Parts: sequence; structure tokens; C-alpha cells
Amino acid sequence: MIFALTILAVWAIGWGLNIGLARADGISHRSKSIAIPIIFGLTLLLLWEVTVRGLEVSPVILPPPSLVMQTFAASPDILWVDFVQTVLKGAIRGLVIGIIAAFAFAIVIDRSEFLTRGLLPIGNFFAALPIVGVAPIMVNWFGFDWHSKAAVVVIMVFFPILVNTVQGLKASDAMQRDLMKTYAASYWQTLFKLRLPAAMPFIFNGLKVATTLALIGAIVAEYFGSPTRGMGFRISTGVGSLAIDLVWAEICVAALVGTGLFGLMTWGEKKITFWHPSQREK
Amino acid sequence: MNKSLPILVVLFAMLVLWIVAVAPMNIKLALDQLERQKVEVTPSGSVVRREMSSFVLLAKNAQHVGAAYELDRPKLPTPRQVAQEIWKTTGKMVQRGRAWSKRSLIYHSWVTLKSTFYGFALGVSIGLLGAIAIVYSRVADYSLMPWAIISQTVPIVALAPMIIVVSSQVGIESRDVPKAIISAYLCFFPVLVGMVKGLRSPDAAQIDLLKTYNASGFATFLKLRLPASVPYLFTSLKVGIAAALVGTIVGELPTGAINGLGARILIGDQFGTPLAIWSALFLAALMAGLLVSAIGLFQRLTLARMGMQS
Repeated sequence: MIFALTILAVWAIGWGLNIGLARADGISHRSKSIAIPIIFGLTLLLLWEVTVRGLEVSPVILPPPSLVMQTFAASPDILWVDFVQTVLKGAIRGLVIGIIAAFAFAIVIDRSEFLTRGLLPIGNFFAALPIVGVAPIMVNWFGFDWHSKAAVVVIMVFFPILVNTVQGLKASDAMQRDLMKTYAASYWQTLFKLRLPAAMPFIFNGLKVATTLALIGAIVAEYFGSPTRGMGFRISTGVGSLAIDLVWAEICVAALVGTGLFGLMTWGEKKITFWHPSQREK
Repeated sequence: MNKSLPILVVLFAMLVLWIVAVAPMNIKLALDQLERQKVEVTPSGSVVRREMSSFVLLAKNAQHVGAAYELDRPKLPTPRQVAQEIWKTTGKMVQRGRAWSKRSLIYHSWVTLKSTFYGFALGVSIGLLGAIAIVYSRVADYSLMPWAIISQTVPIVALAPMIIVVSSQVGIESRDVPKAIISAYLCFFPVLVGMVKGLRSPDAAQIDLLKTYNASGFATFLKLRLPASVPYLFTSLKVGIAAALVGTIVGELPTGAINGLGARILIGDQFGTPLAIWSALFLAALMAGLLVSAIGLFQRLTLARMGMQS
């Protein structure tokens, strides 16, 4: 009874606070849009904590957030080693290779109308496929270390970026291209001064999708074989050896990295495509 | 210019590239196998060959290239081998009346398809309800939207084993539930974003008009916002169903599932049978294509019925 009341009270306080904040007049939209999500998130965490403690759930099944925080703080060396192996070696390298390859390929096929027509639907189709399934094949081809992880990441991020870049390169309209022609601009000048900048909003859409996919790819590939470090390795062995709090700490790292990469892309988008209507201050 | 010719040409080029790639990929395995059968290969000794480039080996053993295309457990199977394996596990099983045997890919595809539908239904419901809440409540807009975005930057695969642990502890034995949760996790987001856009797509003049009719909030929702959002809905459903399939397969991969296409990939990996992995991958691709085009067809029919462009 007390337990149920506590849960209700936590929810009522958090949600009530947010209602008050959302309706308050003197506060700017900007500070509201930062404060309210944070309060909402904290409310959920508190609910989790109260539920786990109230129902006396064993920490082997679902540890409370406070325990996860403790483990997170107590094992920085393990988390760091895994971070280096999975994120820096696997995901980031794969992401960079994939971006460069897709980008170069997009610019090449963009020169041929025929290839664009053929590759765009196929690329769209591939982007929708469950490509993570190639992970065991890549581990078989490239071995247990980071190379196979990077290979999975390359394949996963290639098509979303390719499709978005090709579409973006078509985004400049005929008038603008004609104007470049009247300036006697060469193909490359037109590409760098008009078409690539115009393609940037599309490219960033692809990049945002790709950052998330990169982490998924790197982690899944580790389930199929990895050296004795890495986030995917730690998660799959942690589940087996009941080190669930460590698993959640790894999930925290994964969440932070995913959000961080996404935030980085959003920041870059803001800086580079500042001219685009969607970036205007509300 | 028609679309289908370029697509066919590109597909054909990919096929040729695949077939050509088989020889260098498999040559080392093929030579090892030949040597074990006492056939003369140059140079002899698999340790020596391991350090050499595949192309050099190909040039030195040109007469053995055929062997690279006929391995039982190739590094890269030929398209023909994959097609044969798919036929062996689908069409042939049907002919023998064993379509639902556990060795049949039809059975495993059905398991995956079922979970995909559960996850899709769950994800679409969450996405729709979330979008309605966000459009009608400012608090929900402020609190939910950022977390919906953050949820998608969290790699779901990291969470997948935990979802399975927790749901089995809560007393849910069936594998369908955790799989559906994982696939809903990936699937709800495009629906949510698309529907928020769609429900907000009527402009102020249209909403004002309904106000002059003294229409209730519910009537405005039913007669203006919902119909206006249908094109957005279908676009996000197409993304959503593909995401739901990805989610189901991700849910099957790391969790020791024994049924489903993801599980076939896992088992193919454990037993070292690459053909099983490849055929499961191709069926998954086929399923993704069929699901997306089914929704596309439904979209065309519905929009035509509603008198919208299609």
C-alpha cells in the first residue's frame, strides 16, 4: 500500500512539476525544453528505483539505478577498455571508412543518370534490410578483432549515407545550376560551391542514422566472437555470469556514446547548414 | 527513361561481381581441400599458402579455380549454392509435405514474421498514442519528444539481452514477448515522428474553420487531423515495418533463440554452415521487400479511395 502510494506520489510530483513548468509564463522556451525532459527522465529513474526496492527485486534481475551508478563509478578501467575496443576501434573506424566510401561512391554514380536510376532504389532497399545479420560472416572473414566489427559497421552505414547523399546532390534546383553555368563554373566548382552545400541537410540525415547503426553493428558483431574485451563481449558474458549491474553500466556507456555521437552530428548540422529553414530559431 | 532497365543492369553487375569474387575468397580453402585429397597444388603446405595473396595463388593454380566454386563450406558461397540451399529448405520441403518441419526455412520465416507483426502492432500503437499525446499536450511535447529521440540513439542490441532476462524473470516464458518489445522499440519512433508531423499538418485556417462550425476537439481530430495525417502515416509505416523486422532479427541474434531467421543465422554460425546463414539472410531480405511493398500497395489503394494523390 505504502509502496503503491510512493509510486503515485513520485509520478504526481514529477508530472505536476512539468505541467507547472510548461504553463509558466516567465520562462523562455529554451530553458523549458531543457528542464522539462530532465525532470521527466529523473522521475522515471526514481520510479525505477522505488519499484525495484519496493518489490524487492533481486539485483541479479533488475538492479536499481543507484547500484548501476555505483558499478559505473567503481569500474572505470573495464568500461574504458571496452569503450576503446568497441567504440574507438570498431564503430568509429568503420563509420569513417563507411562514410568516405559511400560519399565517394555517391559522387561517382551521381555523374551517370543511368547508374543513379539503377542504384537509388536498390540502395533504398538495402538500407531497409536487416544487415546486422552479416555480422557472423564478417567475423568469419576478418577474424575476432576490431576489423570484423568495422566491416559490419561499414556495410551497415554505407547504404543510408549513399542514398541520402545521392538525393542531396539532386537538391539544388535547375535555376541555381543554370546560374552556375552562366558564371562558367566547372563541374567541380559547381559541386563544391553549390551542390554539396545544398546536399548537406540530406547528408546529415544519413549521418544521424549512421551513428546509431554503427554502435549497433559494432556491438552485435562482438556477440559472434571478440577478444576478451569490448562492450558486446561484456554484455553477453555479463548476462551469463549474473554480473547484471556491470551489464547495465555498459548499457549506460552505450547510451551515452550513442547520444553523444548523435549530439555531435546535430551540432555539426547546426554549424554547417545554418542557412536551412529547419535550423532557424523558433 | 524507364526505371527497371537500370535496376536490372545494376543487379546483374552485382551478381557478376559476386561470382567473380568467389574465386579469390575461396581459393585457399579449396587448395587446402585438394591437397588433402593428394592433388598436386603449388606451392604445397597450407602454412606457406596462408601468407600468400589470394590472387597469386589463383594465378599459380589456374587449373583448380573450379574447386573454389564447389566447396561444401565456402567462405563466400556462389549465388547458385545459395539458391540451391534456399530451394532445399523451402520448395523441396513443401513438395515432401514437410513445410512446417523445424528444418524448413518456411517455418522459421513464419516465426520471425509473427514476431515482426506483434512488434509492429505494439510499436505502431505506442507511436500513435505518443503522437496524439504530443500534439494535444504541451507537457507531453516537452517531456516525451527528447526522450523518444534519445531512445533511438541507445543501441537496442545492448538492451536486448536484458529485456529477455527481465521478461523471463517476470514469468513470461514465451520468446515472442521480448522479441516484440525489441522490435517495437525500433518501430515506434518513425511512426511517432511521422504522425506528429501528420497530425500537425492541417493549417490554422482549416482548424479555425472547424472552430466556426463549433466542432468539438474530438470531431476536429476525427474529421480533420486524422484524415490529413494518413499520407504521413503510410510513409512512416513503411519505415516502421522494416524497422520491426530488423528489431525481431536483432532480438533473435544474441539471445540463444532456436526458432526464427535470426536463430538460423546464429546456428549457422555455431555449426560452421555458411550456407544456412546466407539463405536465412536472403529470406530476411525477401521478407523485408514483401512487407514494405504490401504496405505500399495498401497506401496506394487507401489514398486513391480518399481521393488523395498517389
